[in-house]
Order: sequence, then C-alpha cells, then structure tokens
Amino acid sequence: MADRRLFGLGLGAFAVAAAFLAIGLKGNIAFVLELRLLKLAALVQVGVAIAVSTVIFQTVTGNRILTPSIMGLDALYLFGQMLLVFLLGGVGYVALDPQLKFGLEVLFLMGLACALLLPMLRSRLDMGLMLLAGVVFGVLFRSLQSLLARLIDPNEFSVVQSASFANFNAVRTDLLVFAAIVTVLAIIIAWRSRHVLDVISLGPDAATGLGVNWAGTVAGLLLLVSALVAVSTALVGPVAFFGLLVAALAERIVDSRRHAVLLPAAALTGIVVLVGGQTLFQHALGSATALGVVIEFVGGLIFLLLLVLGSRK
Amino acid sequence: MIRINNVSFKHRATPILHDVSLDIAKGGVVALIGPNGAGKSTLLSLVARLQALQTGTISVDGLPVDTTPGRDLAKVLAILRQDTTVASRLRVRELVGFGRFPHGRDRLTDEDHAIVDAAMAQFDLTDLSDRFIETLSGGQRQRALVAMAFAQGTDYLLLDEPLNNLDMYYSRALMRSLRSVADAGGKTVVIVLHDINQASAHADRIVAMKDGRIVADGTPADILTPDRLEAVFGFRMRVETIAGKPFALHQL
Ligand SMILES: Nc1ncnc2c1ncn2[C@@H]1O[C@H](COP(=O)(O)OP(=O)(O)OP(=O)(O)O)[C@@H](O)[C@H]1O
Ligand SMILES: [Mg+2]
Repeated sequence: MADRRLFGLGLGAFAVAAAFLAIGLKGNIAFVLELRLLKLAALVQVGVAIAVSTVIFQTVTGNRILTPSIMGLDALYLFGQMLLVFLLGGVGYVALDPQLKFGLEVLFLMGLACALLLPMLRSRLDMGLMLLAGVVFGVLFRSLQSLLARLIDPNEFSVVQSASFANFNAVRTDLLVFAAIVTVLAIIIAWRSRHVLDVISLGPDAATGLGVNWAGTVAGLLLLVSALVAVSTALVGPVAFFGLLVAALAERIVDSRRHAVLLPAAALTGIVVLVGGQTLFQHALGSATALGVVIEFVGGLIFLLLLVLGSRK
Repeated sequence: MIRINNVSFKHRATPILHDVSLDIAKGGVVALIGPNGAGKSTLLSLVARLQALQTGTISVDGLPVDTTPGRDLAKVLAILRQDTTVASRLRVRELVGFGRFPHGRDRLTDEDHAIVDAAMAQFDLTDLSDRFIETLSGGQRQRALVAMAFAQGTDYLLLDEPLNNLDMYYSRALMRSLRSVADAGGKTVVIVLHDINQASAHADRIVAMKDGRIVADGTPADILTPDRLEAVFGFRMRVETIAGKPFALHQL
C-alpha cells in the first residue's frame, strides 16, 4: 500500500520534472534546455533538502508542528551571512570564492544550531515552550540581521541577496555543485539513519533503553538538518512553511511515520510541489514569482490547522 | 547480578536518593515497593542509564552502566518506564518489533520475527497485532509495551509499575509470565509494584524504599508484617496468611 503510493509519488515527480523541462520549449533549444536543467536541479535540491530536514527535525523534537524554519534556522543562516559581510566588508565578501563562502556559512549554521538546540532538547522542553522559543529565536535573528544590515553601508548590503521570502525564480545556480555535494551526502546519511530515526521517534527514554546514544545521535541529526537548511536557504532564500506543508502532506499520503517510507515520500512530495508549482505558475498562470507566496500561504494555513487540531502526533 | 553501590541522586538541590546500595542476584523476581515519591522510578532509571549517575556506581553483569556502550547494555537490560507514551503512529507488531533493534538494527531476521510473535502471543496481542497503538485501550497498550520489553530478550528486565491499567486477569497473567521467565529462563526481573499482595504472591524478594532510602529488604514473609508495613507506608494494616502466603488487608 505505502509502496504503491510511493511509486505513484515517484511517477508524479518524474512527470512534473518532464513537464518543467518540456513545456513551451522553443528558440535555441539546447541553450534553453541547459538553463532549465540547471534550474530543475536547484529546485529538486531545495525540495528534497527542505522535506528531509523537516521530517528529521520533527522526529528529533517529537512533534509535527515545528520545522527548522519555524525554529528560525534559516534566519540564523542569513544572520551568519550578514555577519560575514560585516566582518569582511562588502569587497572582501565579494572577493571570496562563492563555494568557500557557502562552506563557511554552512559550518557557521551547523555550529550555532547545535549550540542553541541541543540544550533545549536536553532539558526536554514541551512543545509549547519549544514553539515559543523558536518564534523568539526567529525574531531575534531576523532583527539581528537587520541591525547588522543597518550597520554596514548600503553598497555592502547589496551584495547579500536577502529576501523576506523565497524566490524560486532566481535560484543561485553558481552554488549548485557545492550544494549538490552537501545535499547528496546529507541524503545518504539520512537514509542510512532511517531505522535509528524510527527508534528516536519513540522518545529519548525508549530510544536509550534500546541502545541508542540519544544525545550523540540527536546532535548528529541536528547537524544534518542544519546543513540541509543552509543548502536550501542559500539557493532560494528562507521558506517558512514549505517544509511543514510537505511533511504533513507526505505523512497523509503514505500514512506512516516509518522513515524508510516517509523520507522518500517527503522528498518526492517536495519535488512534486515545488517543480510542479513552478511549472504551473510559469506556464499556466504566467507569474512565476507568485509561487513562493502561494506555498507560504497554503503552508501557513496547514500550520494553523495543525495548531488548532492540537495534533502532536 | 545488578550491583548498586552508594548511589545518591539530586534534582538540582533536592536530594532524591541517599546513599543507596543494593545487590540483586541473577535469576528471580524482585519487587520494589514504597510510597509515592520514594525514589523507585529514579533508582530504576539510573540502573537503566536513562539519567546520568551523579555519585556511586551501578553495574549490570559487570558492565558499568555509565561507560558501557548503550547498545551492549541494551542486549543485557531492558526497561519499561512508568509513564511511557508512544507518540509515533505505529502498529502493535511494529512496536514490539522495536524490541529487536539492539540485536539487528535494520532488518528483522526470521528468528527476530519468531521472538516478536512469541512475545505478542504471550501477552494476548496476536489479534491486535495490526492495530495502531493509539487505538488500543490503556491496558492493551500497556501489554504491548511489556511485550516490547520482553522481545528485547535480555537477561535483566526492569519494569516500572507494569500493572498500571491492567485488569485482574492480565495482572495475574503478567505476574505469572514474569515468574515463568525467571524460573525457566533464568532471567532477573525487577518490578515496581504498588499492589503489595501481587509482590507477596509472585516475588522472591521484596525491597521497600521510603524517602530515597532502602528501609526493608527480605522475603515476602519478612516484609509483610504489620510493623514493617507501617514503617514503610505510615499506617497499620492487618496481615493474614492464606495458602501459605501473607496478604495485607490494606483496604480495611
Ligand atoms: N524531574 C524531576 N524534578 C524534580 N523532582 C523530581 C523529578 N522527578 C522526580 N522527582 C522527585 O523525586 C522523588 C522520587 O521520584 P520517583 O519518581 O523516583 O518516585 P517513585 O518512588 O517512583 O514514586 P511513584 O510511586 O509515585 O511512581 C519525588 O519526590 C519526586 O517529586
Ligand atoms: Mg515511579
């Protein structure tokens, strides 16, 4: 049953990818196709990175409402980026190799995220407190980021691509290769951790009783989540509710929390929603920039719905 | 053998356990009794390394619980906590199957499946095996959790109030199952009980705790006396001997 649905999702992902590449293909076909392929690769990466990081994050924190971006991880990433500009100056920042820059930002986010989240998980905050802390963190990092933005001069500011919500139309294809390496590595690790993730979802005590080194494993998983968030934020910018939307959808579609099914289902759902949405908006509705807004809107509604239903499961 | 040596434990500044030492020999059923807040659950969670030791040492079969890799310990010792909730959407068979995780990690072998089936049969879960945990009654869920601890197949089994939510039939059945794994399988069961008569009927040894200390330790006949019970629980109750076993009439 779950397998058949997974297969269906796979077909769906394949179909939207084909549609994205093929629809309205004219002019210099080789050139357009190459552009589209690059963009498709980026969108697929973003979809998969956000979906997988959200599922892992939800398992580790033991809830279905929190996502890395609701906890302000993407704001943290942008803050790190801004800090780098602040420290190096706009010229120094631009002079840095983009891959190196990205690498630095990823490491910065991984370190900070672990330093912030681990103590919270250790003290076993309940979901309400986590949510509150996440909102506070998000606001804090956004404010710090805009404070830094004010401190540096406008020219330097302009070198940081910083948007208040994601723009799926202007992806950073220059980071693609490096981001792809990070994503693929993270995906491999996530897949290999699928059984441990199942056990982690039983909660810290049961997992420890079954021989999982909880603190160590969770720290590792949070590093993984941070790396994936860094990838997606670097490529398209912050996306608040997309992860929630995809994780909730995938769980309903395959009706399972087993990670051997849920992880691929979420990844495929991410691809279908993102690539499918982009194709639809670009060709049928003729306004590609609106996708980010629509996804956030629907995701936000789901967030409210989950909150109202009090669904902790 | 479980060796607990001079273990003290504090929650922030509040002392919970005071210099507890206890040896539990291999094989047999040991009941841990005592009033609410005595520190029974705290002691079990320290033995099962769910909380970090502060002072003292604990070892299980010679393995120190604070330094032994978690996975090695999970093959020797299983714990069922008092307030276990399963947040994940799981079927009974999947939950019980998690008991095999320390042994195989990934795929369940045929042998694992046989053990899981046996554990489910032992606790009358076979008919429920495809139900989701959240659709079970409290007692059925409790039985599924006990079956999961059983399926772990360890020599030591720590059960914190496993009779919670169980009706008379399943309470008795569980105690008898524990008795038989201890007698036939040579396993060591440490069980926290509030029903002192269950302890009397099925345990080899009763350890009583109060205010973070061990205040009595002996066979059921030693512990179930009006004086001893008053010292532990703070009120006097009649004790009658029926079929050779002492029973406390604490309801009167
Ligand atoms: N997380 C905690 N923070 C502060 N105090 C705690 C905490 N957990 C337990 N305690 C305290 O430690 C003492 C022992 O608790 P414990 O759970 O070990 O008792 P117990 O003997 O298992 O009781 P019960 O029969 O009610 O299960 C109690 O006084 C309790 O209030
Ligand atoms: Mg207790």
